[in-house]
Amino acid sequence: MKAMREAYGEELVELGKTNNKVVALDADVSGSTRSALFGKAFPDRFFNVGIAEGNMAAMAAGFALADKIPFINTFAFLMAARATDPIRSLIAYNKLNVKVVGAYGGFSDSYDGGSHQAIEDVAIMRSLPNLKVIIPADEYAARAAVRAVAEYFGPIYLRLNRAEVPPVYSTDNCSFVIGKGNVLAEGKTVTIIANGYMVHRAMQAREILLNEGIDAEVIDMHTVKPIDSELVIRSAAKTGAVVTAEEASIIGGLGSAVAEVLAVNKPVPMEFVGVKDVFGESGDYQQLLSKFGLDTPSIVQAAHRVIAKRSSN
Amino acid sequence: MGLTTEKVNELEAITKKMRMNIIETLYKVQTGHPGGSLSAVEIMTTLYFSHMRVDCAAPGCPDRDRFIASKGHCAPVVYTTLACKGYFPEEELGNLRQLGCILQGHPDMKRIPGIDLSTGSLGLGLSAGIGLALSARLDNKDYYTYVLIGDGELQEGQNWEAFMAGAKYKLNNLIAIIDYNGVQLDGTTEDIMPLGDLRKKFEAFDWHVVECDGHDLVALDKVFIAAKQEKGMPTVIIAKTVKGKGVSFMEGKNTWHGKAIGKQEYETAIAELGGSI
Ligand SMILES: Cc1ncc(C[n+]2csc(CCOP(=O)(O)OP(=O)(O)O)c2C)c(N)n1
Ligand SMILES: [Mg+2]
Repeated sequence: MKAMREAYGEELVELGKTNNKVVALDADVSGSTRSALFGKAFPDRFFNVGIAEGNMAAMAAGFALADKIPFINTFAFLMAARATDPIRSLIAYNKLNVKVVGAYGGFSDSYDGGSHQAIEDVAIMRSLPNLKVIIPADEYAARAAVRAVAEYFGPIYLRLNRAEVPPVYSTDNCSFVIGKGNVLAEGKTVTIIANGYMVHRAMQAREILLNEGIDAEVIDMHTVKPIDSELVIRSAAKTGAVVTAEEASIIGGLGSAVAEVLAVNKPVPMEFVGVKDVFGESGDYQQLLSKFGLDTPSIVQAAHRVIAKRSSN
Repeated sequence: MGLTTEKVNELEAITKKMRMNIIETLYKVQTGHPGGSLSAVEIMTTLYFSHMRVDCAAPGCPDRDRFIASKGHCAPVVYTTLACKGYFPEEELGNLRQLGCILQGHPDMKRIPGIDLSTGSLGLGLSAGIGLALSARLDNKDYYTYVLIGDGELQEGQNWEAFMAGAKYKLNNLIAIIDYNGVQLDGTTEDIMPLGDLRKKFEAFDWHVVECDGHDLVALDKVFIAAKQEKGMPTVIIAKTVKGKGVSFMEGKNTWHGKAIGKQEYETAIAELGGSI
């Protein structure tokens, strides 16, 4: 098992070997984001701009204008808080080919505390027109995502996790197409749509539910935007009950994206597993996930609630 | 009038205790930032034990001097200062960064008595300090606002917006302190993003600039006195420091910015600080 950031850094180096248009920028956290691996391999194509996230993002716009493929790196909360103006006004507005990579998503920078935990980044990035938003589930998906975002021409936000996230995929079994959710397990009774670390948790919840005679369909919705509407509608039509699970605020993230699709096309009862409009705090990562209702039991309970709502309709 | 020998001895004893506290705590919890905490020990001691008008029994007193740790990752030195000052029991230090504790990874004004502003995202503190200093003027209050800023942190452009604003409003009740240790997270400031001639830059921004050895208690005392005597403009103190000061293997090393301390390292550090385990 490898930390997602490690996989990211290694894959960025691989990319650098085959594509010399790729440049990487960081804002004094390259040891943390692992963009330092790229810096070591390609010192001429790596730019550490110091503690200046806005400068970094705007510089990337300049690189993109000159046909480079810049990957910008810092913590997810800083990307969304300090670099958003250039991401909005230069990168998204002009559809520039910049890859915006937010490290330490969700609670994964657990001990640094609420000041450093990114729960709002998904909503902020998702609300920017032209910007795609991707949240891979594990190290394999992260690698595949790096390749996919490089291949695609245009701005993308790629949100990563700091921790060693238990794998959902394997080397030779990770299909990754931007905008296409992966059905990891078919089921008829309830749909669980998750991304990031919560995909693993959703699979665990599925096991528990199976023992209770409930077969849950589990979807890895790694692309939050554009959301795979067709898959969402199809699965909701089959199960009639949907739970979303994400390591981000329930305001504006994956749950919202799914609800936007279903409210218009196929209204069914829904439950949202996510951060309930509060900031995080310091502590052990797993303890925090439990405290904030992002553990496997929370998903199981949400499934029970949504099934009950469907039955009473 | 400088510090008396007794006062210097008293302050020195406090710095020694604070360094031990920092190492003990960070070793115990295996997470947190030693480098930038050790570098600010004398600055914090001078502020809280000589210069600031604060009272742990009345942490919300409207007339108190204000302190903002804009470089919020130096929470360990802030917390040990507040504990030594009596804001909360010293035992609380051992719960640093643990689930449900008051001592969050970065200063949290909603949980911790004595913290005037929550920080963590760098580059915001001086702007907030300007708001406080302007308010003091509006309210006819004579409190000072002190803002501690990292040198790497100065790379964040917002600082320079704030420096301009401080000069515009001639905030003689605002004192910025630069923890000038030459090291940031990824390396030295010289390698990552050179700061150039800071004195010239601050002077060009119309601030009163004073420099000193940031580990020399007598020198620090003098510059704070000079800062308070300046009536026409805000003061910035460039305090020349060593990141990781006091623990030889940490000194000047960016790798000790936020690394967990091993057992051997802990024992060496405590021995160097003149303690016993
Ligand atoms: C806006 C922002 N960018 C990046 C970080 C991550 N970070 C925390 S401390 C640090 C280095 C700080 O260096 P410096 O200001 O020199 O502090 P010191 O040497 O006193 O520890 C970085 C990059 C942050 N907390 N906030
Ligand atoms: Mg520094």
